[in-house]
Amino acid sequence: MTPVLSVQNLRVEFPTRRGVLTAIDDISFDIAPGEVLGVVGESGAGKSITGTAIIGLIEPPGHIAGGQVLLRGSRIDNLPPDEMRRIRGKRIGMVFQDPLTSLNPLYRIGDQLTETITTHTNLSGSQARQKALSLLTEVGIPAPEQRIDNYPHQFSGGMRQRVVLALALAAEPELVIADEPTTALDVSVQAQIIALLKRLCAQHGAAVMLITHDMGVIAETADRVAVMYAGRIAEIGPVRDVIKQPLHPYTKGLMGSIPSLTHDSDRLVQIPGSMPRLTAIPSGCPFHPRCPRAFTPCPTFRPELAPEQNSQVACWLYTPFPVAAAAE
Amino acid sequence: MTAAAEHPPEVLMRRPSRLRAILDSDLVYSFLRSKVTVAAAIVTLVIVLAAVFAPYIAPKNPYDLTQISILDSNNPPIWMEGGAWPYILGTDDQGRDVFSTILYGSRQSIAIGLMATLFAGMLGIALGLFAGYAGGTTDAIIMRAADIQSTFPAILIAMLIDGTSRALFGEQRNETVVFWVMVLSIGLSFWVQYARTVRGSTLVEKSKDYVLAARLIGIHPAKILFRHVLPNVVGPVLVIATINLALAIITEATLSFLGLGLPPTQPSLGTLIQIGQKFLFAGEWWIAIFPGITLAALVLAVNLLGDWLRDALNPKLR
Amino acid sequence: MLAFIIRRLLQAIVVMLTVALIAFTLFRFVGDPINMMVGIETTNEDRAQLRQDLGLNDPIPVQFARFVGKAVRLDFGNSYQFKTPVIDLIADRFPATMELAIASAIFSLLIGIPMGVYTALHRRSWLSNIFLAASLIGISLPTFLIGILLIFLFPVTLGVLPSFGRGDVVRLGFWTTGLLTASGLKALVLPAITLGLFQMTLIMRLVRGEMLEVLRTDYIKFARARGLTDRAVNFGHALKNTLVPVMTIAGLQLGSIIAFALITESVFQWPGMGLLFLKAVQNVDIPIMSAYLLLVAFIFVTINLIVDILYAVVDPRIRIDARATA
Repeated sequence: MTPVLSVQNLRVEFPTRRGVLTAIDDISFDIAPGEVLGVVGESGAGKSITGTAIIGLIEPPGHIAGGQVLLRGSRIDNLPPDEMRRIRGKRIGMVFQDPLTSLNPLYRIGDQLTETITTHTNLSGSQARQKALSLLTEVGIPAPEQRIDNYPHQFSGGMRQRVVLALALAAEPELVIADEPTTALDVSVQAQIIALLKRLCAQHGAAVMLITHDMGVIAETADRVAVMYAGRIAEIGPVRDVIKQPLHPYTKGLMGSIPSLTHDSDRLVQIPGSMPRLTAIPSGCPFHPRCPRAFTPCPTFRPELAPEQNSQVACWLYTPFPVAAAAE
Repeated sequence: MTAAAEHPPEVLMRRPSRLRAILDSDLVYSFLRSKVTVAAAIVTLVIVLAAVFAPYIAPKNPYDLTQISILDSNNPPIWMEGGAWPYILGTDDQGRDVFSTILYGSRQSIAIGLMATLFAGMLGIALGLFAGYAGGTTDAIIMRAADIQSTFPAILIAMLIDGTSRALFGEQRNETVVFWVMVLSIGLSFWVQYARTVRGSTLVEKSKDYVLAARLIGIHPAKILFRHVLPNVVGPVLVIATINLALAIITEATLSFLGLGLPPTQPSLGTLIQIGQKFLFAGEWWIAIFPGITLAALVLAVNLLGDWLRDALNPKLR
Repeated sequence: MLAFIIRRLLQAIVVMLTVALIAFTLFRFVGDPINMMVGIETTNEDRAQLRQDLGLNDPIPVQFARFVGKAVRLDFGNSYQFKTPVIDLIADRFPATMELAIASAIFSLLIGIPMGVYTALHRRSWLSNIFLAASLIGISLPTFLIGILLIFLFPVTLGVLPSFGRGDVVRLGFWTTGLLTASGLKALVLPAITLGLFQMTLIMRLVRGEMLEVLRTDYIKFARARGLTDRAVNFGHALKNTLVPVMTIAGLQLGSIIAFALITESVFQWPGMGLLFLKAVQNVDIPIMSAYLLLVAFIFVTINLIVDILYAVVDPRIRIDARATA
């Protein structure tokens, strides 16, 4: 079955006066129809840029410097701007972090909804309004007939994010990219929104790329998870496997740093050091300076993703490395 | 394991010298990279230096009555028919060399502009610190005054003060009085922006713990605030100052043009243009146009420098 | 909402009173009003009598109250130069200034806003660079210099368009208009451009700055992510959000235009209030000076008030807040 989304060897570069920065360096992954893929990693790992690159909204001078993005088998990364615009919203939807700034404060939410609907469908104004009302009901806004003519600031944070979800799903996209959809919300509301997201996408048959730094959200919601580090994917596999039996040392460090309710630990595991800045990415495997298991090939050779049990992992611990070259 | 694996690369480099740090800084980089800004800086420098050294450069002192001859009046510039050395840009109706009048006039324009900006800055910073620190009624009064004053354009305020001084001093105002009245009137119309910025910064600092700590020790919080607020506001104040300098020069030129500023015996560029306007229709355009071009170049250059400074200091654009 | 309006009105009155105080101080204490009004031959007894009659010996607050009372009734006394009521002089010249101000305001908006939008949307095109360079020059040139250069270019060198005066005017009731005659319209062109050029560059840079800010916001990003057309994003969303603050500032600038008109009037000898004020300052004609001051203050304060209320009407966030604090 053709995956909804197929990212192959994607590379995103930002030319600056200090040289070219590589924000994403050769990443590849697929998302199956209806699947929820979590993309997790620390700040600066490149998760958001991946989402932005897929939907074609990278700000110049940043650009896609290599690789391909395929939507249901056809390339979308090299489309002319007008065709890409038609794909946005209609086939790929995106939700951003802060619901307050995501909505235009001067327009009623009903108008913002109907505008999106009429842009992508042939529905008339009043038909679009009907659809908007039903969308609002779906996302759980009480009394939609009254609230449809309200302005964004008249909603609470959680309600606003529901409106944002409604807007993202208005044209029935096949893939929804959610970039930290709950980070700006109260903890009590986060769970509701995540559950809503999962339910809506299942009902509309949309796949989800869920970008977050919160492993708890991933554990609850995702089917598979990709762990990103310094613009590359370290490990990608089914959620249960990655969480219960992490392969990559970085993933192990991430899992160990989550406090557990089930067993006692005196101290949380901490990964020493911090994620390298884009201007100073280490050679070979980018994690090697902080890795407790780094050895001979790590500083020199860059590991690629290779299958290991149910997942894929990019680490010399699991792949034979070129012995002859390393011995020099 | 190699050394490189143990220590991140940055640690192995030596710390660069101070000079290198400045030369490599974003500020200098953006300055040198923008040819326009460099050109503007050069123009400003040339005009300023010419003005400062006017007595040495000018072929003749146009305000020394012994040096002008009415026989040489209304000469066109040297490249036109009838022009003569040393009057490279021509002469006016009194026989004054236009090039020299421009040099002396620029002197006045720049001097008043700088002094007025300095005055406005000091007044504004002082009032801003005071308002922020004292709070309460003092703050309210100062800010109200600022609000009221900022509803009116600076030129009206300057005119008002100037007109009042005219009424108070009568026609016996001598040249020094005129100069300082202009500095005062222009300076007084521009203090508000400084005050508001500095007050904002003061309020932010005032609520911080170290001020409370200083008070507990017995150090007067005003001293502390002075030392800590000022570094924070240097950036915005500099930007305001460059914009202000351009505006001050324009305001002074306008007042002089309207006859409310420097008189023809001690003219600024504005006065020169006013004198020259009468001769436009007679075809003797050089009397007004050359001072006009100088004024425009000066203000343009200052504005360009201000623009560059604003962009360079703006953290959002980095 | 009503409370908001009332609060702003009260603030406006406070400002007016403060200005009135300044005008009164000018009027009463700068120079001696009696000496300005009468000739040299008047005896000291007559002067003292005049002083008494005019109430100049009454306590200051009483004089101030009287001053304010008369001002509200538009009685500003007589001009020292012309010996005629100040209000008549001002009323006579008011239409000239207003026509000039409005013409230049329209000019600056009609040209400034599209230029600003264009330079924001097409950041790297050569036309944008030309516009930006022109705007820098526009901001750097003092108004009077623009006037001089325009006079040099058109009437002197090319021989078209008049360089002074208002042309033929038509009287309609108490208003005189130059808009109904060919010479009146021609005379309006150069002064309107002179006065409007500075405003135009200001508006252009303002629109550009605001629009660039707006285009960077999350809601524009989200609008693009929803696949809205460029037209919808740029002109539906971005432009609307840009114009709201721009409109405020443009409104405030109208007051500025009326005040700056005085420079243009001087260059072109345009018979407006500004020129009247200028001559008054040169001749120390205090009644005209203080009356003009009050009038300009009134215009500014009124414009500020209207713009504030307008802003509240257009931006729903302020409307709601205003209601909340009521």
